[in-house]
Amino acid sequence: MRLSSFHGGLELPSHKAISTRTPIATLPPPQRVVLPLRQHIGHPAEVLVEVGQQVRKGDKVAAAEGYVSAPLHASISGTVTAIEERDVPHPSGLQALCIEIESDGRDEWTDALPEPTPDYQQLPAVELRNRLREAGIVGLGGAAFPTAVKLNPGDQHPIHTVIINGAECEPYISCDDMLMREQAREILSGVQIIQHILKPTRVLIGIEDNKPEAIAAMQQALASLDNSGIEIIAVPSRYPTGGEKQLIKVLTGQEVPGHGLPADIGITCHNVGTVHAVHEAIINGRPLIERVITVTGQGIEHARNLRARIGTLFSDLTDYCGGYTADASYLLMGGPMMGISLRHDQLPVIKATNCLLVASDAEIRHSGEAAPCIRCGACVDACPVNLLPQQLYWYARANDHDRIQAFDLFDCIECGCCAHVCPSHIPLVQYYRHAKTEIWQLEAQRQKADRARRRHEFRQARLEREKREKAERLARKRAALKRETRSDSSKQQAIQAALERAQARKKQLAAEAAARQSEASDDEAPR
Amino acid sequence: MLASILAIGILSAFFGLVLGYAAIRFKVEGDPIVDQIDSVLPQTQCGQCGFPGCRPYAEAIAAGEADINRCPPGGETVINNLADLLGVDPKPLDEERGEHKEQPEVARIIEDYCIGCTKCIQACPVDAIIGAAKQMHVVIADECTGCELCIPVCPVDCIVMEPVKTTIDNWIWPLPEITAKAQQPTPAEVIDE
Repeated sequence: MRLSSFHGGLELPSHKAISTRTPIATLPPPQRVVLPLRQHIGHPAEVLVEVGQQVRKGDKVAAAEGYVSAPLHASISGTVTAIEERDVPHPSGLQALCIEIESDGRDEWTDALPEPTPDYQQLPAVELRNRLREAGIVGLGGAAFPTAVKLNPGDQHPIHTVIINGAECEPYISCDDMLMREQAREILSGVQIIQHILKPTRVLIGIEDNKPEAIAAMQQALASLDNSGIEIIAVPSRYPTGGEKQLIKVLTGQEVPGHGLPADIGITCHNVGTVHAVHEAIINGRPLIERVITVTGQGIEHARNLRARIGTLFSDLTDYCGGYTADASYLLMGGPMMGISLRHDQLPVIKATNCLLVASDAEIRHSGEAAPCIRCGACVDACPVNLLPQQLYWYARANDHDRIQAFDLFDCIECGCCAHVCPSHIPLVQYYRHAKTEIWQLEAQRQKADRARRRHEFRQARLEREKREKAERLARKRAALKRETRSDSSKQQAIQAALERAQARKKQLAAEAAARQSEASDDEAPR
Repeated sequence: MLASILAIGILSAFFGLVLGYAAIRFKVEGDPIVDQIDSVLPQTQCGQCGFPGCRPYAEAIAAGEADINRCPPGGETVINNLADLLGVDPKPLDEERGEHKEQPEVARIIEDYCIGCTKCIQACPVDAIIGAAKQMHVVIADECTGCELCIPVCPVDCIVMEPVKTTIDNWIWPLPEITAKAQQPTPAEVIDE
C-alpha cells in the first residue's frame, strides 16, 4: 500500500522505551476515587446519587445530559462521601463538580450490568450504539469525544473507511503500544464490533513503525481471523502522525476539509484504547471504569504502564511506581508536546488521561524569556495543518479576531510543532489557545445578548398586550354601564308614567268629589 | 435633432421605470443602521444611557441625537465598535452615565429577606426574576444582564450584585506575558513537600 504524507511535522526522540520494559500492571483499587462530572466533550453528566449512598463497581452515578455527553460509573464499590467542587486536571487550575467515593474494600460489581453479549451480530447497530453510550465510552486518545456519537454519522455521511489509531506519536506515551502488545485480540474484537455497526468497506489500523512488537502482536492476532477486511499498516514515525486528520492523510491520501470532520469524507477514526473499551462494553458488559496510563519521565522511580480506575488520584499512581526521584520537577498530564501542566498530584485520573509525565529539569526545555519574532518562517515549515503560525501569532497578540479566523485559527490542532522549532522560543500555542478561548467567550456573550434582546422585546410586547387588553376590558365595562343607565331611564320613565297616572287619577277623584259636593249643596239649597 | 431628443427621452423613461420598480421591489422596511447599532450594544437594557433600553438608544444614535459614549456596560469595546461602524472617532466613556465594570455581574436575591412584593419582577427588563406575590423571588442567573434596575426598587434591600464566577466553561487561557508575571506555584514545589 502506498502511503501519503502530511506537510511539516517533526522527528522527535521517542523516549518510550523507559516505560515499556515491564508489562502493564493493574493498580489495586484505591481507597477513594474522585469522578469529575465532565470528563468528555459536551455537556457535563447529571448526578444520580446522593451523599451517603452505597454504590457498587459499575453503578451509574451520573447520566448523560443531552446527545453529546456521556454517563459516569462508580469505579470502586463503597459510599458516596461528597458531591462538591474539587480540583480537576484542567489547564485553568479551577475546580469543577465531582463525585467522591470512599472504598468499602470489597470491590464488588453491581448487579445492574448489561448482559455480556458475545453474539452481538444479532443486535442492530442502534442497540449497540446505545449500549456503548450507556457504558460511558469516549475517545481515549485524549479528546474524549463520546464514541456513540462518532459511530452515528447519519445517512448523509456513509462511512467507507474506519481508521484505528495506534500511531501514538507523542514522545514518552506508550499506553496504546502496551495495550496492542498485550491485548491485540480484544482490540480486534472491538474493531469487529465497530465494523458491524458502521459496515465500512475497509478498516485500516495505523501503527507507527517504532512499535515493532505492537505491530507483530496485532499481525499475529489478525492472522487468526479470516476475511476480516482489516489491514494493519506501519506508518513512518513522525510527530504528529497520531493526529486524526494527519493519520487519515497518511493512510488514505485524503484531506479532511478545513472546519470539517472526517465523516464529511466518509472516514471515522478511533483510538485503539477506545476500541478495547468497546470490546469490554459489548462482549463483557462492562462500563468504562478503568484505562491504561503511562507513568513516565525521569522524575519517577519506575516508569511503567498501569491499568488504573478512573478517579484514582495521581499520587496513588506515582506511589505505586516507587515515588518521585530527586530530579522530579514538573508534572504533566499527557505528553511533553500537548500535555497540560499540573500544580499538584491530588488530582483524579479522567477518561482522557493517557499519560502522567513527571519530568526533570533536563527533560523540559527551558525557553526563558521569549525573544521577538524574527519572521524566519520555521514555524510555517513545521505546521502539519499548513497554517501560517507567524500570522496567527501577530493577530493573536493584536486581538484581531476577524483576521485570525480568516487565517483558520480553528483548524490549529495545538500540536506544538511551531513552538518547538521557534528559534525565539515564543510560546506560540498559548497565544492560539488564548485567542480560541477568547473568541468562544465573545461568541457566548453575543448569544447571551441576543437572548436578552429577544426577552426584552418579548416583555415589551407582553406589556403592550396587557395594556391593550386592560383598555379593552375597561371599554367593555364602560359600554355595559351605559346600557345599564339607559335601562335605568326607562325604569324612571315607567315610574314617571305611573306617577302621572296616579296624579291623573287623583285629579279625577278630586273632580268627582267636588261634583258630588256641589250636587249635595244643590240638594240642600231647597231645604 | 428630433431623433436624439427621442432617444434620450426613451432612455430616461426606461431608466425611470427601472428605478421606480426597484424602489418598490427592493424597499427596505425600517432603518437597517438601527439594527446594526443595536447588534453592537450589549443588550443589558439598563437605561444608563438615558434611553429606555438598548434599541431606543440605537435609534437615537442613528438619528444623530445621542453620542456613542453613553453605554457603561459596553465600555471601550462597544464605543470602538460603534466608532468603526459609524466612521467616527472613538471617545472616552461619558463618566456621568456610570462606570464600566471589567467583571460582569448578576443580581442575587438574599432569600431570607425577600418579602415577595413583586416590585423587582416588574422592574426586570428581561423577565429574569421569577416569583409571585408573597412568594419568594429568585433571579435566573443565566438570563440576568446585570442592569441593576431591580436594586433601587427593592423595599428591603435584599438584592445584591455578584461577579459572575469564573468556571472551566468561561475561563480564558491567559496570554504568555501575563502568566510569567503571575508566578504560579511550580509542580516542583509541590513534589518536594
